[in-house]
This record gives sequence, structure tokens and C-alpha cells, in this order.
Amino acid sequence: MPEGKGTDGSRTRDRDRDPGLQPERTRLAWRRTTLACAVAASLAGRQTLHSGIDPAPLVILALVVLAWLAFLALAHHRIRAMHAPRPPALSPRAAAAAVACTVVLAALGAATLR
Amino acid sequence: MTDSSGPSEPSRHTEPHGGGHFSAVSDIRLWFTPERLREEGDTPDYRFSLANERTFLAWLRTAMALVGGGFAVDQFLPETGRPLRLTLALMLLAAGALCALRAISHWVRCERAMRRGEDLPVSRFPIVLGLAVGVVALLMVIVAAFGWGG
Repeated sequence: MPEGKGTDGSRTRDRDRDPGLQPERTRLAWRRTTLACAVAASLAGRQTLHSGIDPAPLVILALVVLAWLAFLALAHHRIRAMHAPRPPALSPRAAAAAVACTVVLAALGAATLR
Repeated sequence: MTDSSGPSEPSRHTEPHGGGHFSAVSDIRLWFTPERLREEGDTPDYRFSLANERTFLAWLRTAMALVGGGFAVDQFLPETGRPLRLTLALMLLAAGALCALRAISHWVRCERAMRRGEDLPVSRFPIVLGLAVGVVALLMVIVAAFGWGG
């Protein structure tokens, strides 16, 4: 942020704020995606519970919860980055981790199909 | 950014349409090495990057909806015969995983094209996915209407 901090903080903020609200829209997109992930994860959890209580379904349920928590942490991290007036681009590693959470959910689901 | 060539591939951002095709392996390596992505071309306007990120997230949501749909087929169509139900569920789960992988691959390619000032990549994936979802939906209507496999 080269011109981020002026003597008059509020005025600088106003000038730096994007009138198209790009950071806000991106933040909300992360929120929506977290919500979608929660829906997919709860359906996955329901799936494991319906296959009876064995050690294996419980392990899968734990992994589902873990995948969801990982996505939540990623989204939280990125949402915090959106507080900057000009947020840096998403890192490929974070994008790969978000994709990995989705693929892991799908794989865990495939493992518990009846 | 300076004109720095990557260690293994030449920097091509000087010619606008020079770097059309890269192997999928090099794409996948880019997912895990942000430094290499930043080495190419110039940093685009942050708004373009954010728009690209939102497109990526929209595809990721589509992927999660497909995965959720796979679970839903397995859980909410109990009268359907097992082979049919498993086939539908696995199709949806596989489509979801594929959609997520394609989301990041497209995101990386768009990000790189923007850094190099090239045209954004075109893709046949949306129409393929659309047709696949249409076929699955038709199958489900038939299953629900006629109770096949029950």
C-alpha cells in the first residue's frame, strides 16, 4: 500500500476505497463458498452416521469435519486479507488447499456410499 | 516486476500470443509455487485478480453443490435400486471433484494470462458440464417418475 497511510486517515481511506466494492464482493464470495462447504460437509456427515456406528464411519466423520474446518480457516484468513484497501492476489497454495478440501469431501463421500 | 526468466521456462510476456499451450504438469506445479507465478509479466490491477478469484470461488461452489448432490442422491432416493443410485451418486461426486480441479487450473491460467497481457483462455468445460448436469437431471426425473430399479 504505497499511499495507504496519510495524516488524515479517513480521507485517505475514502480515496483508497474501490467504488466497485471489489474487496467486499470477494469477501462475500468467500462467505457463500464457506456456506456451500458447510452444506456439503453436513450432508457428508449425515451419510457417515447413516452407515451405522463402527470405528470406520467415525474416522470418516472426523476427516469430514477436519476438511470443513480447514476450509473455514482458509476462508477466514482470506477474508481478513480483504480488509486492506488493495488486497494482494490469492496465493496459488491457498487456492490449491481450497480445492483439496472439496476433492477430499467428494472422496470421503464416495467411500461411504451404501 | 522485472523481466526475469523462470528457471525452467523462458519468459514470454514480451510476445502477446506466444505462450498458448503449456503442459498440465507445469500448470500443476504453479498451484504450489506462488513465486513462479509472480515471476511472470506484470502484476495486473488488483481488481482483475479479485474478479478472477470470485470466478474461481463460483466454480468451487458449483463443485461443492455437485458433491452435495451426490450425497443427496444416495440419501434421499432410498427406493431406487442400488446400482442406479450408486451410479448417479458417483457421477455427481466425480463431476464435483473434476469441477474443483478445473476451477484452479482455469484460475491459474487466467492469472498468468493477465500477468502477460494475453487474451484470457477459452474453455469447453462449461458446455460439457452443462450437458452432463442436464443428462443427470433427466435420468433423475425418469427415476423419480417411473420408479425404475425399485
